Amino acid sequence: MHKEFLMGNEAIALGTIAAGVNLVSGYPGTPSSEVLETVAKRRTSDIYVEWSVNEKAAMEVAAGAAYTGARSMVTMKQVGLNVASDPLMSLEYIGVKGGMVVLAADDPGPISSQTEQDTRHFSAFSKLPCFDPSDPQEAYEMVQEAFEYSEKYETPVFLRPTTRVCHGYASITVKDEAEYKVHNFEGFTKDSGRWVIFPRLSYQNHIKIEARNQTLADDFSEYSRNRIYQACRKNVLLKKGIASGGISFTYALETLEEAGMAKLFKVSTPHPFPERLALSFLEGLTEVLCIEELDPVIERELTYICGKYHLPVKIYGKLTGHVKNAGENSRDSVQENIMQFLGLASDSPNMVSADSALSTDSMPSLPVRPPVLCAGCPHRASFCAVKAAMKGKKTIFCGDIGCYTLGNAMPLDMVDTCLCMGAGLGIAQGVGHMEPDTTCFAFVGDSTFFASAITGVINAVYNQADMTLVILDNSTTAMTGHQPHPGTGRTMMGEIVQKINIEAVLRGIGLKVVEIVNPLDYEASVECVKRVAWEPGVKAIIFKAPCIALTKPSGSLAVSPDKCINCRKCIRELGCPALVISEKQVSIDSSLCTGCSLCSQICPVNAICPPAEKDKGGVCHE
Amino acid sequence: MNKNIILCGVGGQGTVLASKLIAAAAMKKGLPVMSAETIGMAQRGGSVFSHIRIGEGLRSPMIARGTADVILGFEPGEAVRMLPYLKKGGQAVVSIRGIMPVTAALSGAGYKSEEMLSYLEKQVEHLLVVDTEKACRDIGSPKVLNILLLGAAAHSGALGLSDEDIKEAIKEHVPEKFHDMNLRALAYTHPDTP
Repeated sequence: MHKEFLMGNEAIALGTIAAGVNLVSGYPGTPSSEVLETVAKRRTSDIYVEWSVNEKAAMEVAAGAAYTGARSMVTMKQVGLNVASDPLMSLEYIGVKGGMVVLAADDPGPISSQTEQDTRHFSAFSKLPCFDPSDPQEAYEMVQEAFEYSEKYETPVFLRPTTRVCHGYASITVKDEAEYKVHNFEGFTKDSGRWVIFPRLSYQNHIKIEARNQTLADDFSEYSRNRIYQACRKNVLLKKGIASGGISFTYALETLEEAGMAKLFKVSTPHPFPERLALSFLEGLTEVLCIEELDPVIERELTYICGKYHLPVKIYGKLTGHVKNAGENSRDSVQENIMQFLGLASDSPNMVSADSALSTDSMPSLPVRPPVLCAGCPHRASFCAVKAAMKGKKTIFCGDIGCYTLGNAMPLDMVDTCLCMGAGLGIAQGVGHMEPDTTCFAFVGDSTFFASAITGVINAVYNQADMTLVILDNSTTAMTGHQPHPGTGRTMMGEIVQKINIEAVLRGIGLKVVEIVNPLDYEASVECVKRVAWEPGVKAIIFKAPCIALTKPSGSLAVSPDKCINCRKCIRELGCPALVISEKQVSIDSSLCTGCSLCSQICPVNAICPPAEKDKGGVCHE
Repeated sequence: MNKNIILCGVGGQGTVLASKLIAAAAMKKGLPVMSAETIGMAQRGGSVFSHIRIGEGLRSPMIARGTADVILGFEPGEAVRMLPYLKKGGQAVVSIRGIMPVTAALSGAGYKSEEMLSYLEKQVEHLLVVDTEKACRDIGSPKVLNILLLGAAAHSGALGLSDEDIKEAIKEHVPEKFHDMNLRALAYTHPDTP
């Protein structure tokens, strides 16, 4: 054993390695991505790791490995689970031989996601057990236990951390390499009665699953991570209890340790719910407050149990309006909820009292600072070119998931719709069929193209759509931390493999017009869009330029004050964070500028150039 | 020693490395550490923060309002945003240099970091404003902002960590070719530095 300062996701990865995992597959998505990356970085030589093309592929690869008796893990964010749900829902009936952990990270807030969906529901829906860690140390240990349960019950199990657990760091105790489990497995054994799903088999297995989950609920009532904390002497008389899980449990525990302990129920396996343990928690209580994020899962379970056993206990939470029903909980919101529920004043000697915080009455109005495309980002240039080329035309710009969703912000304002991975193509087709006079564009990044846009292209070609597909190819998966994908020619095993060529894929599908252009060449890009968008049917433009975060900046540009007429066209059209107003004059923040030169290309008076040329009084960009 | 520390700024300013160095330095002293930070979409030039907690008996990495011992503000407006977390008598160490949000440049409304600094001066008893503009020029890189602030906070005594503690963390966690530059940044605000 030794101590390491680890991110929750890194802790999960090390726990997975310590459990003797044989294969890990996944698709990047905040807040889950670092799990697979850390397994790849810290793996022992016999672990296979891959970024799959999407979550469905990843789920199937991990299932295949578990069919052989190997231990496998598949990683994704919560919305990725929607993509993987087809194989998952059937896998429920088939089960596994080796332990299989499905890591689906939820994102209360949401901080970096489209939805606030709750994987605990998916767990109940798919009838698969769910483990819900509350901090990195617990996540490290829990993932190892999850493999044991998975093998014991021959079923995939969920590990569902949330953002603050995934991205929280802690100094935790982990095993040395010599202590890692080695998991040997016998290989796949042919048995069509077990591995081939048929209605009859599903019926029989459905019966077994329901019985198993009864057993599991009892088993989980004994599981040490589901736990009841007793009230301190003075709070026993209150007959009030708190039920919680995940990161919210840590906020609740900390609050109660300061205010005086009330009876506290920690739910680490929200499905199957540890009913017997819940009954001993409810015993002697008259009221319970449920503190959880996303949906009221614990609250509904306790309400159900009270009904089932005719218990005179009132259950409060999101359903009753006692806790807010959307967004993430904070240390402060949980403290407020609990103090109010327990009827305790918030100025007890140990408590953090609200008035020790500074008054915010006279606070100056703060600027909103939403995320923006980086200075020098090639996506900005691509959006500008399409915008300029289509000026005055009736258009729709269907966006997608990735950094380029940020193209929706002013002044670019180039994302009219965004739904989910790959959806922009279908939306553009649907709009086009209803509004033939609208020029329809779909923007998609290179990683998203491989993950979920190819079927959309085939659909468009087959069904005679009229649309322009714009591929923003920056040769990486930028938003989630620059993971490789099929177009990059690198794998997570460190191999250099043949790149899958996007242009060849599109031509293979049957597109006649596919043009590749460097978006940072503004004039050529505008001309290209004008030319291509005019063509009938399905056509594509590939804007190809590497992500600025992965390239060496070519040096900052500067505004020549003698030439600048302060028209602010650069600021109005680009929204680049390096373009600022200082003493009423446009200037360039040299610490941010990467020298992409887009602003110098749109400046009507050539006032932006490299500093050396400016000093020489030279001509800018002509 | 129990410390609650908040780092705040704009995505890309180096708050993540600074919080790693604080954690590493504390762990070297045998202290338990928990932290949480902004990762993901907001890293692209949005408001970002790190919470760092050092000491025994911690349950979660998140800091309650009014309980931070120190705020390291990488940008004056972002320091104001996080000010409700500072406890009474807490220390704020703030970079003088404002970063104009794109929204402010667009609206032409401008953004006056001086207003933010004067608000901080009025509200915070223990405020240290670091002239990071001059310091970065003297050291020759805008990238040392994080270490400058870390150094200033350490010298104020509020972190409970010494120069030596942080120096060791830099040597372990920063590529060697940047050691010299960062060590100069660390020492820049030290009273003994000429």
